Amino acid sequence: MKLKLNNALAGWLMVSPLMLVLLIFLVLPILMILIVSFWRATEYSIIPDFVFENYEFLFGSPVTYTVFINTFKYAILTWTFTFLIGFTVAFFLAFHVRSLTWQVVCFLLCTIPFWTSNIIRMISWIPFLGRNGIANSALISWGVIDEPVEWLLFSDFSVVLAFVHIYTLFMVVPIFNTMMRIDRSLIEAARDAGASGAQILWNVILPLTKPGIMIGTIFVVTLVMGDFFTVRVMSGSQSANVGRLISNDISLLQYPSASATAIVLLLTVLIVIGILLRFVDIRKEL
Amino acid sequence: MTNFTKRNGLSRRTLLKTGVAAAAGTLAAPMLWAQSNIVLRQTGTGVSAYNEIAKKAYEDLGITLEMTASDSDTAAQRVATQPNSFDIADIEYWICKKVWPTGNLQAMDASRLKNYDKIAGTFRSGKLTPTSEIAQGTAPHTVGFTSGKNGTDFVQEESGWMTLIPTIYNADTLGIRPDLINRPINNWSELLNPEFRGKASILDISSIGIMDMAMVVESMGEYKYPDKGNMTKAEIDLTFGIFTEAKKNGQFRAFWKSFDESVNLMASGEVVIQSMWSPAITAVRSKGVPCVYQPLEEGYRSWGGGMGLAATLEGAKLDAAYEYINWYLSGWVGGFLMRQGYYSAVPETSKLFMSDDEWGFWYEGKAAKGDIVSPQGTKMESAGAIRDGGSFIDRMGAVACWNSVMDENQYMVRKWNEFIAA
Repeated sequence: MKLKLNNALAGWLMVSPLMLVLLIFLVLPILMILIVSFWRATEYSIIPDFVFENYEFLFGSPVTYTVFINTFKYAILTWTFTFLIGFTVAFFLAFHVRSLTWQVVCFLLCTIPFWTSNIIRMISWIPFLGRNGIANSALISWGVIDEPVEWLLFSDFSVVLAFVHIYTLFMVVPIFNTMMRIDRSLIEAARDAGASGAQILWNVILPLTKPGIMIGTIFVVTLVMGDFFTVRVMSGSQSANVGRLISNDISLLQYPSASATAIVLLLTVLIVIGILLRFVDIRKEL
Repeated sequence: MTNFTKRNGLSRRTLLKTGVAAAAGTLAAPMLWAQSNIVLRQTGTGVSAYNEIAKKAYEDLGITLEMTASDSDTAAQRVATQPNSFDIADIEYWICKKVWPTGNLQAMDASRLKNYDKIAGTFRSGKLTPTSEIAQGTAPHTVGFTSGKNGTDFVQEESGWMTLIPTIYNADTLGIRPDLINRPINNWSELLNPEFRGKASILDISSIGIMDMAMVVESMGEYKYPDKGNMTKAEIDLTFGIFTEAKKNGQFRAFWKSFDESVNLMASGEVVIQSMWSPAITAVRSKGVPCVYQPLEEGYRSWGGGMGLAATLEGAKLDAAYEYINWYLSGWVGGFLMRQGYYSAVPETSKLFMSDDEWGFWYEGKAAKGDIVSPQGTKMESAGAIRDGGSFIDRMGAVACWNSVMDENQYMVRKWNEFIAA
């Protein structure tokens, strides 16, 4: 009995440093944001209060809905492409590259783009995709097009392209990790039982990599939904997502309104993750 | 929102030298503060935050300037919310309208400013020349004076208590790529001309962008504003209606928020006509790309920067701040800024620090006789070049409106967000 109590105490003591850090750097700031979201603001000051006007304005404005739909659109598109690319790359690495050395080499190759900063990787697309950029000049010289293609840059296309470029690795890593832990004898057994390659992929590998996919999905979806800089730069400031709405508010000193938007965004993301987690119990399958 | 701090690094040796010079005290400029280690923290929009100025201020006055530069919104925010974080606020007049009522700045006693009488009329009576008309918007003289030392109001006459002293200002217009347009551009309405579909841009800073929009709407003949600088809700709706439709029709290639973005858009040919700032034009030209700061029939949209004193300043620090401001207006800084294409508050004194050719080119609108070189030593124009728009009087005399903060500012900002999301 005493031993059990000690165990419980030791357990609490062991998690307490982490808990303390999370409490100070995560829970308290979020509480602060929640409190400020009920305050009022004039052009140059914020006034402690308890009013719902920030939320009323947020839910009453058609911009909010456009912007949230836009945010979801970017998240879904980016997820689709990062998943297709990430899954293929991980599959190739895990099942087609035989030796461990080469697996490690190829995996490191995937991380090379991460040696420069996110922002530089994103901005380097601009001269590439521009009206007189490399992509357009190449296409014209090959005779594929006569006139430069305009939608390559400052469009939804360029936004999603940049997102996919930046975030695909977040999909590759967890999927690769779960794939490596699949017991190879399961695949052998499936093959012995007469399953085709496609059947093995669909009925054996895909279900077993679900936790990896889910972790990758959470990474990608939360990162895309919280972003504001990529959307601003790659769309040439022409489209907005929730992050931009918040950053606009902050730059105009409308902290309460920014907080209210942030709280709604936070809840939205939590709901999305909650739904995702209903499909897969990550803890059970890890 | 990148902030960077500039501090003039000075060795003990230079400090000693200045000290000796002070002790010698021959004609050592007004007064030297080196011994007292006065540090003034200047925060602001970065347009005038040059290391060269800080360095020269230390040499001449012995005052150490710590300059922090940020975008206009951040600067306004800082002045309004962190009154103890700066000694001198280097902001713009429209920001002054927003932040002055907070009481975080103190008024300046005009009798302590040596060159007060020589400050350009635009900042005192509002009239550049006795016959000029006062432009719409937040004209600097309307927020340039207050009722007394601790006044938080604005008064419309020269009360002897200034809110800001003007530092630099300029007249803005559209920038164009003449080589890609190949025809004369004379009106603001060209920004929305379908001929430039997908090749136009406007700046994504609401308080400035709305004024450019208003210039365009008036030029198109769609509407004549009683006061562009203070629109009603209906006028704001009308303006954004026209621009939202243009945006949906694909008129704009992009919007820009930072100086570099505007330079890149123009230099790469993504955009051939856009709202632009004067030094950005120079930056495009220095890449060998032709670019013109096109004077337009309807006139210019102007802006003015000014420095204010923090309310917390007192005693020796306040004296030092006055000393710094008097030095600022005494000419060296003016010459330095005029050679970048800006105007200084006291043009007369700047003349002493510029060559005749420089003065002729930048101020009088005359053809350059030799190469025009920036203070940093880069060649800006060759002999024979004439400044776009001509002389100081031609350019500043044709100001149609000033950057503004409207009574309906919050409504306008919300509409701006809608416009971006549309």
